[in-house]
Amino acid sequence: MFPATFEYYAPTTLEEALEVLRQNPEAKILAGGHSLIPALKLRLTTPPALVDLRRIPGLAGIRLEGDHLVIGAMTTYYDIQTSDLVRQHVPVLAEATDLVGDLQVRNWGTVGGSLAHSDPAGDYPAIMLALGAEVRARGPQGERTIPIDQFFVGMFTTALQPGEVLTEVRVPVMPPGTGAAYVKFPHPASRYAVVGICAVVTREDNICRQARVAVTGATLQATRATAAEQALQGQPLNPDTIRAAAERAPEGLTIVGDRVFASEEYRTHLVRVLTRRALTAAVEKIR
Amino acid sequence: MAQAVAPGKLMGAPLKRKEDPRFITGRGTYVDNIKLPGMVYLAILRSPYAHARIKRIDTNRARSWPGVLAVYTAEDLKRAGVKPMPVAARLPGSKVPERYPLAVDRVRFVGEGVAAVVAVDRYVARDALDLIEVEYEPLPAVVDPEEALKPEAPRLFDDIPDNISFRRQVSAGDVERAFAEADGVVRERLINHRLVPNAMEPRAAVAWYQPGTGDLTLYSTNQNPHIIRSWLISVIDLPEHKVRVIAPDVGGGFGSKIFLYPDEVVAAFASMQLGRPVKWVEDRSENFRATIHGRDHITDFEVAYKRDGTLLGLKVRTYSNLGAYLSQYGQAIAGVLYTAMLHGVYRLPNVSAEVIGVLTNTTPTDAYRGAGRPEAAYLLERVVDRVARELNFDPAEIRRRNFIPPFDSFYKTPLGTVYDSGNYPATLERALELVGYRQLREEQRRLREQGRYIGIGLSTYVEITGLPPTMDGTHIRVHPTGKVEVFTGTHAHGQGHETTFAQLVADQFGISPDDVEVHHGDTGSIPYGSRSAPVGGSATYQAALKVVEKARKVAAHLLEAAEADVEFQGGRFFVRGAPEKGVTFQQVAAAAYNPGRLPPDLEPGLEATAFYSLPSNACPFGAHVAVVEVDPETGQVKLLRYVAVDDCGRVMNPLVVEGQVHGGVAQGIGQALWEYAAYDEQGNLLTGSMLDYALPVASYLPSFETARTETPSPVTPLGVKGVGEAGTIGATQAVVNAVVDALEPFGVKYLNMPLTPERVWRAIRTARLG
Amino acid sequence: MVQAPERPLGAAVKRREDPRFITGQGTYVDNLKFVGAVYLAILRSPYAHARIKKIDASRARAHPGVLAVFTGEDLRRDGIGSIPVGWLLPDIRLVPHYPLAVDKARYVGDGVAAVVAADRYTAYDALSLIDVEYEPLPAVVDQEAATKPGAPLVHDEAPNNICFKFVLSGGNVDQAFAEADGVVRQKVINHRVSGSSVEPRAALAVFHPATGELTLYNTNQNPHLIRLLLALTMNYPEHKIRVIAPDVGGGFGTKIYLYPDEVVACYAAMKLGRPVKWVETRSEYLRATIHGRDHITYFEAAYKKDGTITGLKVTTYANLGAYISPFGPLIPTFLYVPMLHGPYKLPNVSAEVYGVFTNTTPADATRGAGRPEATYLLERMVDLVARELNMDPAEVRRRNVLEPFENYQTPMAFVYDSGNYPATLERALELVGYRQLREEQRRLREQGRYIGIGLSTYVEVTGAAPSQIAVSLGAQAGLFESAIVRVHPTGKVTLFTGSHTHGQGHETTFAQAIADQFGIPLDDVEVVHGDTAAIPFGLGTYGSRSTPVGLTAAYVAGQRVLEKAKRIAAHLLEAAEADIVFEGGRFFVRGAPERAVTFQEVALEAYVPRKIPADLELGLEASAFFNPTNFVFPFGTHVAVVEVDPETGQVKLLRYVAVDDVGRVINPMVVDGQVHGGVVHGLGQALWEQVVYDEHGNLLTGTWLDYAMPKAADLPFIETDRLVTPSPANPLGVKGAGETGTIAATPAVVNAVIDALAPFGVRHIDMPLTPERVWRAIRAAQTQR
Repeated sequence: MFPATFEYYAPTTLEEALEVLRQNPEAKILAGGHSLIPALKLRLTTPPALVDLRRIPGLAGIRLEGDHLVIGAMTTYYDIQTSDLVRQHVPVLAEATDLVGDLQVRNWGTVGGSLAHSDPAGDYPAIMLALGAEVRARGPQGERTIPIDQFFVGMFTTALQPGEVLTEVRVPVMPPGTGAAYVKFPHPASRYAVVGICAVVTREDNICRQARVAVTGATLQATRATAAEQALQGQPLNPDTIRAAAERAPEGLTIVGDRVFASEEYRTHLVRVLTRRALTAAVEKIR
Repeated sequence: MAQAVAPGKLMGAPLKRKEDPRFITGRGTYVDNIKLPGMVYLAILRSPYAHARIKRIDTNRARSWPGVLAVYTAEDLKRAGVKPMPVAARLPGSKVPERYPLAVDRVRFVGEGVAAVVAVDRYVARDALDLIEVEYEPLPAVVDPEEALKPEAPRLFDDIPDNISFRRQVSAGDVERAFAEADGVVRERLINHRLVPNAMEPRAAVAWYQPGTGDLTLYSTNQNPHIIRSWLISVIDLPEHKVRVIAPDVGGGFGSKIFLYPDEVVAAFASMQLGRPVKWVEDRSENFRATIHGRDHITDFEVAYKRDGTLLGLKVRTYSNLGAYLSQYGQAIAGVLYTAMLHGVYRLPNVSAEVIGVLTNTTPTDAYRGAGRPEAAYLLERVVDRVARELNFDPAEIRRRNFIPPFDSFYKTPLGTVYDSGNYPATLERALELVGYRQLREEQRRLREQGRYIGIGLSTYVEITGLPPTMDGTHIRVHPTGKVEVFTGTHAHGQGHETTFAQLVADQFGISPDDVEVHHGDTGSIPYGSRSAPVGGSATYQAALKVVEKARKVAAHLLEAAEADVEFQGGRFFVRGAPEKGVTFQQVAAAAYNPGRLPPDLEPGLEATAFYSLPSNACPFGAHVAVVEVDPETGQVKLLRYVAVDDCGRVMNPLVVEGQVHGGVAQGIGQALWEYAAYDEQGNLLTGSMLDYALPVASYLPSFETARTETPSPVTPLGVKGVGEAGTIGATQAVVNAVVDALEPFGVKYLNMPLTPERVWRAIRTARLG
Repeated sequence: MVQAPERPLGAAVKRREDPRFITGQGTYVDNLKFVGAVYLAILRSPYAHARIKKIDASRARAHPGVLAVFTGEDLRRDGIGSIPVGWLLPDIRLVPHYPLAVDKARYVGDGVAAVVAADRYTAYDALSLIDVEYEPLPAVVDQEAATKPGAPLVHDEAPNNICFKFVLSGGNVDQAFAEADGVVRQKVINHRVSGSSVEPRAALAVFHPATGELTLYNTNQNPHLIRLLLALTMNYPEHKIRVIAPDVGGGFGTKIYLYPDEVVACYAAMKLGRPVKWVETRSEYLRATIHGRDHITYFEAAYKKDGTITGLKVTTYANLGAYISPFGPLIPTFLYVPMLHGPYKLPNVSAEVYGVFTNTTPADATRGAGRPEATYLLERMVDLVARELNMDPAEVRRRNVLEPFENYQTPMAFVYDSGNYPATLERALELVGYRQLREEQRRLREQGRYIGIGLSTYVEVTGAAPSQIAVSLGAQAGLFESAIVRVHPTGKVTLFTGSHTHGQGHETTFAQAIADQFGIPLDDVEVVHGDTAAIPFGLGTYGSRSTPVGLTAAYVAGQRVLEKAKRIAAHLLEAAEADIVFEGGRFFVRGAPERAVTFQEVALEAYVPRKIPADLELGLEASAFFNPTNFVFPFGTHVAVVEVDPETGQVKLLRYVAVDDVGRVINPMVVDGQVHGGVVHGLGQALWEQVVYDEHGNLLTGTWLDYAMPKAADLPFIETDRLVTPSPANPLGVKGAGETGTIAATPAVVNAVIDALAPFGVRHIDMPLTPERVWRAIRAAQTQR
């Protein structure tokens, strides 16, 4: 539990941060640290330098911009969990955050850190996928917007380029007739998702106009369960159609198990069960 | 390091001291070696005036100094409920002035604490002292106890109008009649001047208060941690069981570290205030002013004698200078120990004495090696020589005529002091024989004809040790492997207990002294205790007996024999008459912790505690002879020989006893010739550093010739007596008598210590003129 | 914080140690800082089984800041021996256990080399610079497979990897089976768990070259035993070694032993003449600190139609791990087999236990140590019999538990001191509302919801031990306890106890007992423990022995102090000793209470003698070594209520009721704390905790991300109650309360889950009851239909 030596940078402007990253291509960004610091202590990763974004003003905060909720990368789980803006415009995000880690994690962990880390069992990646958010990033080549569907590339890897910093997440405000729910099956030790399903359903006169279902925990990175989404699209929303769609949730997904707690077979089973429960809950929440 | 001595033959073996390797390789652990995380440093601002009113103390600049954590004055202590310093010895009807750890309103001697600074390091702390502004109004001071009695003398305390703390009168027999019937009477004034104990290691303290547990640990240079703890809790508001006092390796005490001093209290207070470990280390010049001084008597005596040299009566008036405040035993030294010894080794039937304890603007005085007994011995031996001179007797002869005859159990002096056993003529004759007294006298005569002046000085003494009801506890713990730990309440700061007590216990158990570890100086692990060899050794012996008793029970079971039939010899238990089939002490120890091998009704474990307090004093005695040559032109004194014959009862380790005698003699000679704490009339210490205060130096000393007679004490189970002070008590007057004897041809009858060349030269001059 | 209840004994006094712990002011080993201290790190084997062909430390030695690198060879060359075994069984195969591996590494985490460096970061950096050439060997982790021919040998000295075979029986088992109406058979796996104390192990070894004194500050439960083992291992004289266990953050049995790492720290300190600190990381703890349980058991139980169980046959394969931990042989034998009668009449029992070496972390005592394994087996047995006979589990227990007794001789070995098993059973059923629950269960099943009710009636053995018995059974040391009660001149008291508290609360409970005995305020008593330099040889804290043995020793010493005090009081009151009465802290002549001397006055007289004669020894303190005449046997009944989600297999705890009888109670709040903690430990094993190795011996649960500790959020409020049946085995009538919860809880939960799944025909599931296991059990049962 004793990390190897590293340099520590605490820039006070984004420009400074980008410059440090340019000079230290191997550097890792510290955005809360509840994933990074344990990895350092176990010496699973030994970066030569850490760049701590905590002292850069303006990277944290939640504001409403038209039909988007804009959440700064350094906004903590706690701030999201307790934000009236979030509760009002994207309630599922606040509700799901209740299930993230524990109080200490929620006080330190940030939305930017969670997404950029692309932990295969992280909660926010699935939730942002289901919500169809966008990620804003700044790098040597300037600023760009990355649609969330293109963001998660693999386990612990994202579309971010070397030297690029995730600056904010733009979450669409839930349109009327839409309901969303996140159902999580936590690992008893780590509290990470063994399987987590986020479902967002839009209904027009009892027909499913659109359904977005995202999976975490069971796959190498958070992914959409497109088979289930398509199965439900255009269908009337009732227990049978939902069950039928849920049965197809694992289709096209590479589901991975572990040898101690939950096998591939069991997780596949859970993907089905939890998708059904998430869709059912989402529909109940439609306003 | 292992030393080849047959187990069971250890008592009296000259083992090298187990503790020395760590001391001489610089690996001792003294208080200043102790470093604790987060430790901060204390410095004390001391009064430059012997007597002054404190009008104002402004600590603001000091407080704002970088690195300073706190500045305290008496007000802060009082506000926090710190009580006045304890005074243990209080004679009936005596006056005991109140003293706070820091001065309140008035300072009364140079060196008295006025304020305290705590800072991140000791340098910053010292720097900050200069930033404390104290406005003093100087007052007239008095340093001479006789002066202090005059009506016009300055008063130290408003409630003590005559500066007298106590007056004690003792008398035995009929002194007036003795003087009426006397063939002759001599009067003289003797000054037994003031000394600075000068332990090699000055005082030091680390106070560590842990807010988490409410425990206070005080590491301090002291001779008696349990007593220090008792005194400490009387000043600061903590219960005894939450205070732990540790005296780690301590570099000498000579009495000066028996006491609880204000500085240690301030350290404890600061640590409790700050919740951090606080270290205070006294520097040498502080030690000269803030640590107790010794002796300081002015004594007028009259002695009545018969033509045949027998002493009839002695009248004594002694002014004892107690200093500005009462140290814990201050009154007892002159008031009790001194008066108790006014018969010395002599029959001397009629004695009356008055001792007046006086407060002056000087450092407080208290027990210094010998403590009252050297003052008494000095007086008596000067008296005897003086009478010899009047009668033209040989000093040896007059002693022979006045000695208490040999006794092996208990002699009560007319003043009521009980001696346990003694044979004074024996030690005198042995000393005269060793030094070759008759030949020396002839040589003296011969040399005088050549204009050279050698002198022979005798000193016969007795002293009291053990001092009941003071007591010691010892806990002996035998481990399953038969190794032994001894926890003794007595403390060693040069005495060598780690060796002698290990010898004693190893001898009892028939094991190697290397299998015995002696622990002392920690109230956290040791039973209550306070004294040394006679008491602590006896307690240890008693505890060892209890262990053997228990071990015998275990052995009896292992040998399947009746306990009564089991003998213990040379570390083996066996059935009487069958020594071949035995079990070793180690086997018994292993069994004691393995109840599987014991009968169910026999309690497991092998350890015992014993507390011991002497039923009566243990009284060592002896005769010392000093031979000196005086240069009549310069007054310089040269020590030619020194012979010491002591009787301290049974000897545990002759090497260690020799060491004690050598050290003691050097210290006694030091007072006679060199050491002197001199004040000017304003109360400034004129000899406040080792540049001015002359300690004896090895090159000034001849090699001592020592011998022993052995008169076992009936009051200790081992027959031992104390030996720590004998040399000091014997030496001073031997040297002074020798010098006076050398100057006899000039008609010099009288000299006061220290015998500096100028004093000797003046004495010769005035004698010649007169 | 001052608390002065009327009678301290039995009062719910808040723990006096807590303020310092909850304000972060405890002093744990890693809080100790010594000038010149250097840091030790241990290189551990990545292989479960490998020959060490070559160790090249030259790169590590050259690394800046590194002071030394040591290997097993270095230690052996300097005469460091093998770590001794504390409990020897007949025909046990002893194998050497050197502090650092010499020829072979035998489990993942086995120490191979050690680095000492200027700081801990450098030390860990340097580990990667030690080049070890391993020759990997086939490993064995399953203890049953390990006994089969052809299995890899962990130690060449031990054929079939068998360390010992232990056989014991009572009654006539064969006859019982011959006369039985029915027999149930089941294989039960009591899986491997980690003790998981919140503070991992740590050591700070300080060697004083000039005096030769070695001080070891160490996280342990029994400093004297550690010193003895250390003296033997290092062959260094005992009186030159001091072991201090300061504040210790939990033990649960894992800190009873002398571990290799501590020995290496001492060795390094002596070699370098500098203080050496070693602090275990959590991932090291999960590999290098002992594990517990790990039994594979086959049992058959014979029963009568009326539900009485008449016979039990048991075969157990106990996994000892790669080496013999000091008490490893004791746990699955004398602490397990003789308890197989449990609280039941069950007259005929025979058991056969194989202690087996495997390439896994050594196993030894964790909370309960043998008794949980026995209880788990028995309680599963009772429920299986109930299932066979279609009887209510409570009813089967009623028919089998012993009637109330004092000193009952069990057929196999132990004499139970006192017990009233029916009482705790009925009280528990009443508290939980058993009948109503059964009805509710029926109702809910009709709605497709599955709740289950699980019972666990247990008796356990604590207060080790009557040393004569222990030693005759193979103990290498007695199991008495020591105490010194020292009264100071002001009447304040310091108790030095050989017991050690690392969560048990002795600083409070022991002080309560002494304050009560002397009639003085609680705050006048200080409890000192954990330092061999201050305390007589003691055996320390484990097996819930502190109160029955340790506190009793203190009490006996206290009585001796009072005898002495009476003698002194007699002199002060100028009366005959026989006429002196002591009450409420005052001594007075019988019949004249108005003229009294206080305890404090007597204390002062003992040190400042005014009236007592010279022949009466001064001082006021006494020591005692208490060697109990019998063990003590706490007991009780626990009930768990769960709901199972049949779709996911998730188990939800709805209620938990614990009724225990631990004899006389010193402090109910502290006992409740022990029960709560113990129950949680037991639930943890039933539902979450498990140490898992793959077939190569790699640890799959090597961090707390995988090893699932119980969490408050997953637990119901625990409903506790107590009955009091005093023990005749000690003057205070106390028993131990440290392990009862752990022993009772595991089977209660498992029985509850299996009860919930009765409709699916599930009759047994092995722990831990992970959702997947429960889900598979349901599926398997359904497909069988």
